[in-house]
Amino acid sequence: MPTNPKTNRTGSRPTSRRAVARQLPHGLTAQQCREMYHKMVQIRHFEDHAAEAYAQAKVGGFLHLYIGEEAVAVGAIAAAREDDHILGHYRDHGYALARGCDVQACMAELFGRETGICHGRGGSMHLADAKRHFWGGHAIVGSHIPIGAGMAYAMQYLEEPLVVLDFFGDGATGNGIFHEGLNMAALWNLPVVFICENNLYGMGATLAEESPVSDMMIKAEGYTMPAVQCDGMDVLSVYGAVQQAAEHCRSGKGPFFVEALTYRFRGHSMADPELYRDKEEVRRWRELDPIPRFGDFLVQHRISSQQELAQVNEEAEAEMLEAVRFADASPWPDPSTAARGVYANPIDPEAAQEALTLAADPAPAAS
Amino acid sequence: MAELTYREAVRGALREEMLRDQRVILMGESITGYGGSYAVTKGLVEEFGPKRVMETPIAEAGIVGFAVGAAMGGLRPVAELMTVNFALLALDQIVNSAAKFHYMFGGQWSVPLVVRTVSGFGQLGPTHSQTFEGWFASVPGLKVVMPATPADAKGLLLAAIRDPDPVIFIEHSLLYSTKGQVPDDDGLEVPIGRAAVVREGDDITLVSYSRMLLQALHAAEVLEREDGVSCEVIDLRTLRPLDYPTMVRSVGRTHRLVVCGEDWRTGGFGASLLSELQDRSFDDLDAPIARVAMRDIPLPYSRRLEQVLIPGSQQIVDAVRRMS
Ligand SMILES: Cc1ncc(C[n+]2csc(CCOP(=O)(O)OP(=O)(O)O)c2C)c(N)n1
Ligand SMILES: [Mg+2]
Repeated sequence: MPTNPKTNRTGSRPTSRRAVARQLPHGLTAQQCREMYHKMVQIRHFEDHAAEAYAQAKVGGFLHLYIGEEAVAVGAIAAAREDDHILGHYRDHGYALARGCDVQACMAELFGRETGICHGRGGSMHLADAKRHFWGGHAIVGSHIPIGAGMAYAMQYLEEPLVVLDFFGDGATGNGIFHEGLNMAALWNLPVVFICENNLYGMGATLAEESPVSDMMIKAEGYTMPAVQCDGMDVLSVYGAVQQAAEHCRSGKGPFFVEALTYRFRGHSMADPELYRDKEEVRRWRELDPIPRFGDFLVQHRISSQQELAQVNEEAEAEMLEAVRFADASPWPDPSTAARGVYANPIDPEAAQEALTLAADPAPAAS
Repeated sequence: MAELTYREAVRGALREEMLRDQRVILMGESITGYGGSYAVTKGLVEEFGPKRVMETPIAEAGIVGFAVGAAMGGLRPVAELMTVNFALLALDQIVNSAAKFHYMFGGQWSVPLVVRTVSGFGQLGPTHSQTFEGWFASVPGLKVVMPATPADAKGLLLAAIRDPDPVIFIEHSLLYSTKGQVPDDDGLEVPIGRAAVVREGDDITLVSYSRMLLQALHAAEVLEREDGVSCEVIDLRTLRPLDYPTMVRSVGRTHRLVVCGEDWRTGGFGASLLSELQDRSFDDLDAPIARVAMRDIPLPYSRRLEQVLIPGSQQIVDAVRRMS
């Protein structure tokens, strides 16, 4: 049974901008709120254009859209320091854009071009931007969960005050690697926030088919990990949860588990005929669309006007059109470079000319 | 020079590099109080503390994934997987994480990770008596090292820890107590990717690595003494990247080649080596390349059966005699 997210709206009607600012939850400023709205809109438009390009066969392979789930990446990443580390799964465009990665380079990656953020080597499922501490897009379900714990160990060891945000889906919690990662993170008290995007499905498996519990946060309990659930369709709810979680981690109290109740409006990937869920369910969730919902909040709190929101949407549309144009016009990777970068330190035995001759070791031959 | 066991040489490399580089950490199952299942890490937790010598849960995939993350975060982890049989649980992290990130993310970062593990047998039954170096060596992005001597164990492990790429370092349980001369100089590396001609000869080339080097050397002595056949013995030392030029040069003089390994005949490491050498050295060869390998049977427990199945110097001698 799908869980219904609690709506978390504030109903107050402040009278002046100054009064408003004081009443914003979680210590947020009006400017931060506008930025979160902007990021969610960017992601939505990016995904729409990615889908269109896929339909035109300009994007290949598997394409997983984040439409409907924008509030999770945006709220969580906004609540972290801008140099906190991020890892996520293959539905990764949202993490990249929320972290501020170059939109054109992300689109060019989907197009498989040399100008792509990974030079066309990774594709949609493997975006990454090390200089922004976004460590990928990981397409083996759950694989990045212990990797995030290991990064958190390095932060603790090197005494850097950074935390790791590690995003994954409800489906990943059925995999052993999830449990190995949580076990180690809790055992060693590591600064990692595990963020489970519970969107009720793991590809075509419903929650009831893949998990004995419908609340993923229960799985953190066995590892004595504090956990909260938040409304993944409400960017403020996600922000509040991850703010609390990151503070907890940064103060040395160990890992924290955040479960965001969310929903993908589109299929699992572009190849999904969506036979496992009914249209009525999708319609109900679409009513909770995080973007107009947060837009209403901004207008009610006089942080933005309707015209300003419309302008944000127009600008994002123009930005994505430009990104598609850029990607489409970008050069393909040169086939002569295909073998480049397999190793950071390539060793070529062919280049070594003279033979290495050693004295026979006096070690006795066994058996 | 000092005479050390293979075990002491591995431990020495770990210890020296930990003294030299604060970023080096060890992690693995029962590597602290127990000292490691083959006693390689004995004493290290006492010297370096539990932050640098980490006792882990029994979670091979988690250990390697964690080590990949620690490497990305700026450390130089050396993860011990008790034996290569258990490394199968970590294959995903080794193949899909460690080996892929540098290439797949467009060269943005590398994964300076060493996975130490152990091949071997000794009446342990089918699940505990396997060799999988061919699987690892088939993966672009990995470097695979299998030292046979104490000196190489130390020098190659130092090189592996300092290398920016993931290195699978496979020790052999039957070599731990063998002894050899090891240079005293602190931190002397043996280069990855270079085979060694361990014994020079004119009539036939024996290519080997790990424990099979000792078997090949023994076979060479027998053949010299009993048949008057002069064998050149090559120790590959690194399986990826593989030093073909050294093999090709040797075959250019001897015109005959036996590839010796403990891996299964079908799909094992020797199979791909043989196919490549057939290609590179066809004109030099006077006879088809021969291969000594494990028969395609899970290695059984019984001593009697093990004895006849494990490849050794006798099989090498037989293979050479069949060729002449
Ligand atoms: C180890 C592994 N098994 C199977 C797959 C195929 N697969 C890709 S996504 C997916 C569903 C994952 O669901 P969830 O974790 O809930 O994430 P969501 O797609 O819902 O965001 C599956 C089974 C995979 N990529 N990796
Ligand atoms: Mg899901």
